[in-house]
Amino acid sequence: MSESKLKPEELAETIKYKTPNRNWMDQKVEMKPGRFSHSGVPKSVEYLQLPNPRKWQPTDPDWQLPENWKEIILEGLRDRLNRFRSLRVFMDICVRCGACADKCHYFIGSGDPKNMPVMRAELLRSVYRHDFTLAGKILGKFAGARELTIDVLKEWFYYFYQCTQCRRCSVFCPYGIDTAEITLLVRELMNLVGVNIDWIVTPVANSFRTGNHLGIQPHGFKDSIDFAVDELESITGIKVEAPINKKGAEILFITPSADYFGTPHYYTLLGYLALFHEIGLDYTWSTYASEGGNFGSFISHDLMKSLNAKMYAEAKRLGVKWILGGECGHMWRIVHQYMDTLNGPADFLEEPVSPVTGTKFENTTSTKMVHICEFTADLIKNGKITLDKSRNDNWKVTFHDSCNPARALGLIEEPRYIIKNACNHFYEMPENTIKEQTFCCGSGAGLGTDENLEMRMRGGMPRANAVKYVKEKHGVNYLGCICAIDKATLPPLMEYWVGGVEVGGVHELVGNALVMKGEKERTTNLRGEPLDGKME
Amino acid sequence: MNTLPEILAARKNIIVDKWAEAILSTYPHESLKFLSSQKDRFANPIGHAVRSSSEKLFDELVHGNDVEKIRASLDDFLRMRAVQDFAPSEAVGFVFMLKRVLREITAQEMTGKGQASFQDELLNFESRIDSMALVAIDLYMEAREKLSRIRIDEVKARSLLALSERQS
Ligand code: SF4
Ligand code: SF4
Repeated sequence: MSESKLKPEELAETIKYKTPNRNWMDQKVEMKPGRFSHSGVPKSVEYLQLPNPRKWQPTDPDWQLPENWKEIILEGLRDRLNRFRSLRVFMDICVRCGACADKCHYFIGSGDPKNMPVMRAELLRSVYRHDFTLAGKILGKFAGARELTIDVLKEWFYYFYQCTQCRRCSVFCPYGIDTAEITLLVRELMNLVGVNIDWIVTPVANSFRTGNHLGIQPHGFKDSIDFAVDELESITGIKVEAPINKKGAEILFITPSADYFGTPHYYTLLGYLALFHEIGLDYTWSTYASEGGNFGSFISHDLMKSLNAKMYAEAKRLGVKWILGGECGHMWRIVHQYMDTLNGPADFLEEPVSPVTGTKFENTTSTKMVHICEFTADLIKNGKITLDKSRNDNWKVTFHDSCNPARALGLIEEPRYIIKNACNHFYEMPENTIKEQTFCCGSGAGLGTDENLEMRMRGGMPRANAVKYVKEKHGVNYLGCICAIDKATLPPLMEYWVGGVEVGGVHELVGNALVMKGEKERTTNLRGEPLDGKME
Repeated sequence: MNTLPEILAARKNIIVDKWAEAILSTYPHESLKFLSSQKDRFANPIGHAVRSSSEKLFDELVHGNDVEKIRASLDDFLRMRAVQDFAPSEAVGFVFMLKRVLREITAQEMTGKGQASFQDELLNFESRIDSMALVAIDLYMEAREKLSRIRIDEVKARSLLALSERQS
């Protein structure tokens, strides 16, 4: 039949419009470029003494798994079901009410049903039913059970590395089922047979080796802090002190390594330095605890524990009284929710008290670690620093609640209080996209790789959509946040979806506004951009 | 016998609804209920984009001649399709679904009295839809190029960092 004989509507039928209606269990995963991350390199896997180091990629037909990989995983699952009561509860109590189904940013941005949290959990639950419940053993597929096969493992890899462990879904679950916990456990199971991604294992290996994700050595660390001190001097005319590994300092300051090596994180680092100088804080940096982030938590409980312990070991070695923590995301979730059972309580430290205001941070009695936003908000509240808001007049600011501080730590009001005291122009995004309901950046939990960019843009779309709205409505041009992963991954997200919005930390705004004793007249902000009305 | 402009004006809602429904049906069927029923634009940006873009585009096709407006409405939408699970033809193909809808809606006029002049009008209108598809292809490509540019920038920044680390 020649084409000219086809009526237009028939021709139209040749284009595939509708998606097929098939049972989810029968749909195999297709690994397409842009939608998954590369596998862990053998060197890093070996360094961490994790199983099955080898060269492989998720697109390989043969994943070179150990012969008994299935037994290893099922045994691992059995062991964890016994050890973590929460896991068994999560496996058994979901009533499939669907309250979580439409709450995941990956689902909202893609429309892919396997990104519904309830379905994501079902990927594991179906295997659990098959091997650990009577109904599943007898009724199989009719009871929603299925055997663990290589295709199931591939599906796990695809979808559990498409969960940023942001916990938005758990806010809506009437039973408090936390899909992020399930993701953590499935990743742990996959690691038992060497199925992992490089953007997680290599930063963790680096953290063990040099103290931080990027593998920066002590002299490199010192160089970047020194460089920042010089740069701050050229902007403010003040040479600040930035003590490193100083024994007997009152406070140890720990922040993500990206703060001293990444942009726009770096401007927040300048903000910290200015603030600590201005209040005369007796503190120290550490080259060993030179990382707040803990990618170990994206692999297993064991690695999470070791990396968390490192911060406390360093506090002990330096003999500080307590720890102050910078603008970091998941570090806070770990400190707040796991630290106590993993390594705590940190009895050798003192209960944190602000040396400037005398405020006791009673919420940190057991962890002895205070969030910089609580610390700064307390300074402002007690009138201990002077902020000139007009120095942030070129910014119209909105605030992205980073998932972990908002949902795990409940740190909602402090950053807003600081921003409102440091800026004249602040606009909130719509209520169902902020605070406890905040939308993830789409790149957390180790998924921020360039090869995974397309997936990141899907996952970040709901966040970007709300930013675009306030940009169009109020002319917002600054997206504030308090997490290093946000600072690294929101800029490309903005570039793709919105345009014309810069990303930066809350303490960058503080540093801009902070009036320092003896400073020269500021003509630029911390980015070196001219202040409105000054210069030119 | 109604003319095409009259029909387009009188049956706008049903045409736009059917078109939007057809576009939504390119998403997995398990997700359709949510995508078509949740009306909050922040809770359901895909559904919102489908509804608002299809209406704006239809209005522009019927009344306007403003390519820039068409571009703007298409842009939001194609940027989204460009990162979702679609082949390029599927990402852009939604434009042609409007033709199918129109033929369905006007089946009577197509065969009734005065059909020849009606068919002429429809063909004319359809070529406007074709032009819109060409714009859509451009925008889809722009979005894909933007993605690669962002990716290249990330790779570059990362290797610079690795380099400075090695030299320090
Ligand atoms: S934790 Fe976040 S990313 Fe994971 S399923 Fe829940 S909403 Fe989605
Ligand atoms: S909200 Fe909770 S109980 Fe309901 S489907 Fe989701 S995980 Fe299951």
